[in-house]
Amino acid sequence: MALELKDIAYIAHLARLQLGAAEQSEALSRITNILSMIDQMQAVDTAGVEPLAHGFDASQRLRDDVVTETNQRDLLLKLAPSVDQGLFLVPKVLE
Amino acid sequence: MAWETVIGLEVHVQLATKSKLFSGSATTFGAEPNTQANVFDLALPGTLPVLNGEALRMAVKFGLAIGAHIGKKSVFDRKNYFYPDLPKGYQTSQLDHPIVGKGSLTITLDDGTSRTIGVTRAHLEEDAGKSLHELFPNDTGIDLNRAGTPLLEIVSEPELRSAKEAVAYLKKLHSLILYLGISDGDMSQGSMRCDANVSVRQQGDSKFGTRAEIKNINSFRFVEKAILIEAQRQIDILEDGGRIIQETRLYDPDRNETRSMRSKEVANDYRYFPEPDLLPVVIDDAFIAAVKTTLPELPDLKSQRFQSHYGLSDYDADVLSADRATADFFEVVANACGDAKLSANWVMGDLQSVLHKSELDIAHSPVSAHALAGLISRIKDNTISSKIAKTVFEAMINGEGSADTIIESKGLKQVTDSGAIEKLIDTIIAANPKQLEQYRSGQDKVFTFFVGQVMKESKGKANPAQVNDILLNKLKK
Repeated sequence: MALELKDIAYIAHLARLQLGAAEQSEALSRITNILSMIDQMQAVDTAGVEPLAHGFDASQRLRDDVVTETNQRDLLLKLAPSVDQGLFLVPKVLE
Repeated sequence: MAWETVIGLEVHVQLATKSKLFSGSATTFGAEPNTQANVFDLALPGTLPVLNGEALRMAVKFGLAIGAHIGKKSVFDRKNYFYPDLPKGYQTSQLDHPIVGKGSLTITLDDGTSRTIGVTRAHLEEDAGKSLHELFPNDTGIDLNRAGTPLLEIVSEPELRSAKEAVAYLKKLHSLILYLGISDGDMSQGSMRCDANVSVRQQGDSKFGTRAEIKNINSFRFVEKAILIEAQRQIDILEDGGRIIQETRLYDPDRNETRSMRSKEVANDYRYFPEPDLLPVVIDDAFIAAVKTTLPELPDLKSQRFQSHYGLSDYDADVLSADRATADFFEVVANACGDAKLSANWVMGDLQSVLHKSELDIAHSPVSAHALAGLISRIKDNTISSKIAKTVFEAMINGEGSADTIIESKGLKQVTDSGAIEKLIDTIIAANPKQLEQYRSGQDKVFTFFVGQVMKESKGKANPAQVNDILLNKLKK
């Protein structure tokens, strides 16, 4: 599948990246290279091989259902540029 | 033209864990904003998720209850989108390998027929925070207390065929999660939320029509109304020769309409990929077996047992078993007084209406199961009539003591002394010659007048069966 510049623009929009024309061309050639490497990998016969969900050969450790965190609101609100009434503020979101 | 509505439901159930899905923050409802949001929930750099074992057990418990395939190896994925109440920029969810696979749920409709509805899957995911748009003129306030709260998303097959079936499915699901104790199921607090995929097609068509997804419906009543109004909207468009577009719509209960959401945005493209911060979740047979031992007797089986063991009707057994606390209450009453049918009537009738009026659930009933059994026992042994029992019941609600205490102190004991009843009847017949005449000239209905007089004079205490017998005898003479 050959990518075009408009695909790059679409992916950049989804990722909220603002790319200039030169950056878009650069991204196109890099991603095209990655995809051709994937094409090469897909030529390998993987019949009978279980798909890998993670690079580590291990399984998820479980946590007990216990509350371990305490209220750190005052500290954490200090990290934000704008807060009021215990809330983080962002520019108005319109639905 | 006959139209058929096709509905599939996606239900989000908030799991009743103490801590969040991937962090040790508390999940208590109604806390001050951002007091339960910590470094993990805010997605500060360097923090890593660790799965809450209890949430996993609850999901497996649900899967076992609907006879589903349990995913022994399930995988978390990132669902990517940007919104201010989602600090990570992705929701951790499960796409291709959910913890719960195909299962089914049997629903019973008002006309008594039942249908089995397929459940496609159920997967674990985290909730987002809350955006407050109305609080500030130029800003949106963000409360991240809810961010990371564990949800089980339960997806049905598109097998529901009417708004009523959708409601029945939702009620069944609600009853089940309360039985399992995996959620408080409180819809008003968002513990159970529902999205409905609705489409219409000509009756007999094998292909589905284009569907619209109605978001965030938060009560049983709104589900029914939203589906009805959306199906009608689609039918109107199609009958005018139009075409349905696949889109997300929002139900507005105030105007009883659905309207398009996010219409300008490109189609959702979440670019899912496996979550590298979490390893695959592997569970073995022993894990599943251990969860299985925690399963309670479920509503369908309980209903069958209520019919076979207590001889209750289909209807009574279904109503009583729909709610676990009610079913338990009924069993205590029935076993203590030995009359299941009377117990069922009292629990579903007088008690339920008192609870409804005072907005109490049965766990907080002002009359305990043993106290109610005490009252029913007095009806059974003829100490009081059913009618007087209602008076005693009211006194019990008012906290005036046990049935026996009230019967004693108010002198409500039924008169079963036939001599006394006879004497009373003689007096009444003598005082009403006109009615006697009417009765004897063939007006049978006058009989109830005499019964009424006797009951009134005895203040309801005369045994009704005896009154009937004696009165019939005397009037005939």
